[in-house]
Amino acid sequence: MSASPADAAPTVIADGLTKHYQVADKKPGLAGTLRHFVKRQHRVIEAVKAVNFTVAPGEIVGFLGPNGAGKTTAIKMLTGLIAPTSGKAEVLGFTPFERKAALLRQLTLVMGNKQQLMWDLPALETFRVNAAIYGVPDDEADRRVKHFAGLLELDKELTQPVRKLSLGQRMKAELIAALLHHPKVLFLDEPTLGLDVNAQTAVRRFLKDYNAQHGASVLLTSHYMADVTALCERVIVIDKGTILYDGTLAGVVERFAPYRQVTLDLEREFTEDELITYGEIEELNGRTVRLLVQRDTLTTTVQRALSDLPVRDLTVSDPPIEEVIGKLFASGRDQQAEELPQEKPEKAAVSP
Amino acid sequence: MTRYARTLRLFWGASISAEMEYRANFVFAAVGSVLTLGGALATLAVLYQHGYEMGGWSWPEAMLVVALYTLLDGFQRAVLAPNRQAISEHVQQGTLDFVLIKPMDAQFWLSTRRLSIWGVPDVLLGLALIVYAGSKLDTPLGVGGYAAGLIPLLLGAATLYALGYALATLTIWVTKAGNITIAMQALLEAGRYPVPAYAPLFRVAFTFVLPVAFMTTVPAATMTGKTGLVWVIGSLGVAVGLLVACRWFWRFALRSYTSASS
Repeated sequence: MSASPADAAPTVIADGLTKHYQVADKKPGLAGTLRHFVKRQHRVIEAVKAVNFTVAPGEIVGFLGPNGAGKTTAIKMLTGLIAPTSGKAEVLGFTPFERKAALLRQLTLVMGNKQQLMWDLPALETFRVNAAIYGVPDDEADRRVKHFAGLLELDKELTQPVRKLSLGQRMKAELIAALLHHPKVLFLDEPTLGLDVNAQTAVRRFLKDYNAQHGASVLLTSHYMADVTALCERVIVIDKGTILYDGTLAGVVERFAPYRQVTLDLEREFTEDELITYGEIEELNGRTVRLLVQRDTLTTTVQRALSDLPVRDLTVSDPPIEEVIGKLFASGRDQQAEELPQEKPEKAAVSP
Repeated sequence: MTRYARTLRLFWGASISAEMEYRANFVFAAVGSVLTLGGALATLAVLYQHGYEMGGWSWPEAMLVVALYTLLDGFQRAVLAPNRQAISEHVQQGTLDFVLIKPMDAQFWLSTRRLSIWGVPDVLLGLALIVYAGSKLDTPLGVGGYAAGLIPLLLGAATLYALGYALATLTIWVTKAGNITIAMQALLEAGRYPVPAYAPLFRVAFTFVLPVAFMTTVPAATMTGKTGLVWVIGSLGVAVGLLVACRWFWRFALRSYTSASS
């Protein structure tokens, strides 16, 4: 099922990786506050439940899931920021939580909602500090900055205080700061968050280029499917701390969308009631209707539509990946979890 | 080590250039320092004019303590306080993650990242007053006399640092700990006058519970020859003990760090 090149040793390994958090449980209102003050109620949240996956050298893997699915927690364990409750994380042969300099020198973390650039100073100052920390000589650092800045179309922005930059310029500068030491493993948590389409495209192109040049492994989370479709051949879908799917991007559609999208261009307008018998109506716009049709009834439905309706044009396609993933998250994961033999959710029942 | 030196130079260079934007504030800080020091000296002068001797300390000796206090306070304002403040900001904003992921000791980073020029006037005033007070002693200090104070002074600074860093570490759990700076300021303030001038109970407390005595009184007493090597060794013990404890506490805190959510 996995699209990873099996010949090379994986750079990232999650083996039964589990994280439980203890959180305070407080009822609203004054009474709740008082009760909480006297007697704390705690609840254990299983943020990540015994997940298993690997990332091969040079591979870009999309890590998908709704908010609170456990993506960021998993990334924090893999970058050594937090300790796993149980299970094993391994990156480049190291245990991340030990925070060995030899490992930290080779990985990086970019978070779309947090920034490492010094706010009041030009981004170049942060680059210089990072170069010193990673032991990159000044002239080499200058060369790298110049190269990256060229790819990201940044120039004089780098000498302006960071607070004067647009969100897109800032994220581009963040990327330069994060990649200046030429890391081998990249953890990117929503790197295009809030960026406009142009900036998103630039960031994607840049990441693809970096990956190709340096053979770096990338684990990327994003809510923008365009990021995923542009960069990732393989995706891992996670929800409520459990992996629902791990495989090719195309396979997601195959597995989770047992239907095709049929678009009909009709001679005249029809009402929803008249069309409902052909499939689930996704969109009805004048004389154009977009239907979801079960795969096993596709041929008969298309034949029926062609004979019964005044069809000017008809196209059959896979539904957009966004919709498939969206449906996947919305539909509850119960039946899908059952479909997946690779999961061992029982393993998660370990005390914190 | 050169990597750390190069980083430190850039940290401080960046901090200074960020603060240089606010030149007027620096003037205010300097004026404030002069007034504070003037006030402290005036209080002392009033006491000494009427023949009162603080715990057997002469006027220049007491002045030396005020000078050392001013110097340490400057150090606290320049280096310790801004970095302690930054720790809680990092925890609140989740940017501690960026520090922890760097191949550099996180405690070094968090202790040195910022340098504030606000403390510089105090440092300069403190140094000047040390030289002046030393020259007014019954036996004016020579180079050796000043140098003798250096080691206990450094140990006192280390003690001040370790206590403050340990307190700042608490923000890993409680997040909001903005009062740390006030608490540390108040603690150091107790060292503005020679500890022997306090009531016996306070003397014990300021030596063995909150080691204020080791920050200003011991360096001054060493310089003037009021105390011997024993107190310097004691100072060393306190400083090393607190540094080790603070390091352990920091590592312990990191083990339970959960990182601000996304």
